[in-house]
Amino acid sequence: MTSGIDSLLILLILLNLILLGASRLHNAVRMVAAQGFVLGALPLLMQSSGAWKAALLLGIGSALLKGIVFPALLFRAMREIQVRREIEPLVGYASSLLIGVGGLVVCMVWGARLPFPWPVPSSLVVPVGLFTAWTGLFLIMARRKAITQVLGFIVLENSIFLLGLLLTDAMPLLVELGVLLDIFVAVFVMGIMVFHINREFDHINVDQLSALREDAS
Amino acid sequence: MRCDSFVLGGLLGSLSLLVLGGLGALLIGRMSSRSAVRLGMGTAVAGCLVGLIVTLTALVARADVVWTMPWRMPYGSLHIGVDSLSAFFLIPMFLLGGLGAIYSVGYFGSWDDRNPGRFWPGYHALVAGMTLVMLARNGFLFLVAWEIMSVASFFLVIYEDEAEETRWAGWVYLIAAHVGVALLMALFALLGRGHGSLDFSLMSAPAGAAGGFFLLALAGFGTKAGVFPLHVWLPEAHPAAPSPVSALMSGIMIKTGIYGFLRAVLLLGATPIWCAWVLLGLGAVTTLVGILFALAQQDIKRLLAYSSMENIGIIVLGLGLGMLGLHHQSPLVAALGFTGALLHVWNHAVFKSLLFMGAGAVVRATGTRVLNELGGLLKRMPRTGAAFLVGAAAICALPPLNGFVGEFLIYVSAFKMLFGQPASAVWGVVIWVTLALAGGLAAACFAQLFGIAFLGEPRTQTASEACEAGAWLRWPLYILAALCLLLGVGAGAVVVLARPVVVQMMGVAGVEGVGVLEWPVRTLLPLTLLALLVALLVVIAIWAVVRRRLMARAPAVRTSPTWDCGYAAPAATMQYTSTSFAQPLTKGAALFLRPETRAQLPQDVFPISATFSSTTPDWAQKKLYRPIFEKAARQLGRLHWIQQGRVQWYVFYVVAALTALLIWMVWS
Repeated sequence: MTSGIDSLLILLILLNLILLGASRLHNAVRMVAAQGFVLGALPLLMQSSGAWKAALLLGIGSALLKGIVFPALLFRAMREIQVRREIEPLVGYASSLLIGVGGLVVCMVWGARLPFPWPVPSSLVVPVGLFTAWTGLFLIMARRKAITQVLGFIVLENSIFLLGLLLTDAMPLLVELGVLLDIFVAVFVMGIMVFHINREFDHINVDQLSALREDAS
Repeated sequence: MRCDSFVLGGLLGSLSLLVLGGLGALLIGRMSSRSAVRLGMGTAVAGCLVGLIVTLTALVARADVVWTMPWRMPYGSLHIGVDSLSAFFLIPMFLLGGLGAIYSVGYFGSWDDRNPGRFWPGYHALVAGMTLVMLARNGFLFLVAWEIMSVASFFLVIYEDEAEETRWAGWVYLIAAHVGVALLMALFALLGRGHGSLDFSLMSAPAGAAGGFFLLALAGFGTKAGVFPLHVWLPEAHPAAPSPVSALMSGIMIKTGIYGFLRAVLLLGATPIWCAWVLLGLGAVTTLVGILFALAQQDIKRLLAYSSMENIGIIVLGLGLGMLGLHHQSPLVAALGFTGALLHVWNHAVFKSLLFMGAGAVVRATGTRVLNELGGLLKRMPRTGAAFLVGAAAICALPPLNGFVGEFLIYVSAFKMLFGQPASAVWGVVIWVTLALAGGLAAACFAQLFGIAFLGEPRTQTASEACEAGAWLRWPLYILAALCLLLGVGAGAVVVLARPVVVQMMGVAGVEGVGVLEWPVRTLLPLTLLALLVALLVVIAIWAVVRRRLMARAPAVRTSPTWDCGYAAPAATMQYTSTSFAQPLTKGAALFLRPETRAQLPQDVFPISATFSSTTPDWAQKKLYRPIFEKAARQLGRLHWIQQGRVQWYVFYVVAALTALLIWMVWS
């Protein structure tokens, strides 16, 4: 069982690295969708004390939303606003990858040192969770388009989901569902925002929003 | 036990009515403004009526109900309770909340084309927030309720946000409210620190620190109450807010500061004697500053705001006397002081909201708040004017109206202090002088207000075209005016109602002296008889007038211009202005008030033109706060580079902070 979990976690790491290096929007969305499926499989493998039904519900819900619904929404948004296919990074792909690998190392070291009140099914879970969070935040910071920011948020949520899995015994299902709902709303809001930015300014580059800031008088 | 569940159920029902009504008005406000107004008014009145009945029952039955529910908040719990102190403050709150809702319907009436979904949710949130403030028994819950109250009233203050000065007033109010709440957070956090809980029942001050906590509570709650020099938001926010809101804010919201302060004093237990001195000193200064500035104002509502400050000062004086009496083991002084202060809380709530609502009716009829543009309104709005006159007489502390009784008890308390406690006799003198001076100045101030606005001849076209306010506006005024008389004549009953609160403030041990609590009643007894007599005379006089009218059938009333001292061709500009009326008094205090005058004096033998204008800005705001805030703004301006305006940077800040925390956690 542990080897199954570990292979899925390593798959997650690879998907994160691909995301950091991806230069095409479509590819990036597909990678996020793949992450959704991987995360959907994890609860089934990780559940310990026979909470099959909850785990199944969680897995299917996660796979459905993050693997199918969100990517479909994003593809639709991209089609409708005819976004350019390139990702327009603020930090180049190669340096992103390098920073990603650096982050991975740091997360591995820290993740092992973080105290955890429960027994962890695999020593990789915490580091990978941290690394996924880091990837999500880095995507938000280092990419220009609003759509990539949505992707970053989803990846960030994936990490919360992964770390939350450790607590499924302690945390009620309701919390998980609440988290899923949160991200669902977030995607909607961002979708609307992307649409509006596009309509008002003929592009969806978030960094140009800085024209709206309040200047020192 | 049945009483307990009745009280709790009623209050929770009232709260949910308010919340649901506010949400409902918000939802349907855009679709149908008429039904939104009906829903908003209906739920507010119903909720307040239920609350009023329940709290009256609780106060009469001396209920002490507590209800707890766990709440997944650090240090928080849904711990609410009703004791005499809460009930005593809740009663005027519900009364004014209901009347204010009725008044609002008339005030916004048909002329207001704004979405009522913007007003009613704020109104409901304000009333619900104040209710929760007085019910909360947990520091966290209290602060949440306090914040709901402050933010809701902020939105109500800026309701008429087209005007630049309204937005400015909103900012001043918001900043003042948050400075106050910051102090309160510190207070509760420090009080609860040793106990791992913010429940009021567990809080207590560490030994020897009670004085510091007292000052913290006084500053935090004093900001809301408008104690000098923390009053700066009052004269800004009250005039800017719509009149029903000013009535509610001045009538009862500033009293939540008094309520919170009393609650904090109960939590602190014994405080050093200098705390009572501080209270008395601040009370005296607040009273005098308030009434002097009120005298110098030309904006009706600003004048009323400063007068609220004066009355808060009187209440604080009463509380200070109570505390000093406790220190001197003189339960008589304490009981009289506390009772006077509590009575004045009710009385001020009634007459000040009456005056604010009356001023609102004037503003509605003439479109101006400036005294010097009014005049002759009594002929044009006789009923509003009569109700306003009752309020003005009450605030000048004229018996048999209610303003008198509270102040009278404080006078008697100071008198007992003067002759019973030689150590603190000087405070007795200070209070006497303060109250006497403030009473005289208040009489001048309201003679000015009523005289300039309602008597004489109209000074402007709009004032001469004013007409009587509608029934929605007038009925709340009538009810409040009747209450002014009722609370004055029936002050003995109010004293009996306030008794459990006084016991709570004095502690059971302090009251054991026989007959201490009878004193306020006994003091008021001849007064009540006298008041009844006067009331009887008034009734007979009214009856006589009515009878003569009926007998004469056709009204034998001759209308003529106001007497003009025999001038051949009087003009409205020849009348006293509010400035000139107050000038002999304000001139004496010019050193203190620092009015800014601009005059172009008449020159030559045949002067062509001459102008004079005078304003009295609040120097506490100009000299005290402006430099501080400007300096802070300059210093904080150096951090402006942090505001990049890029989402990416903001996320970076979040990540950096989180990483730093993570490192700190892993390495420590």
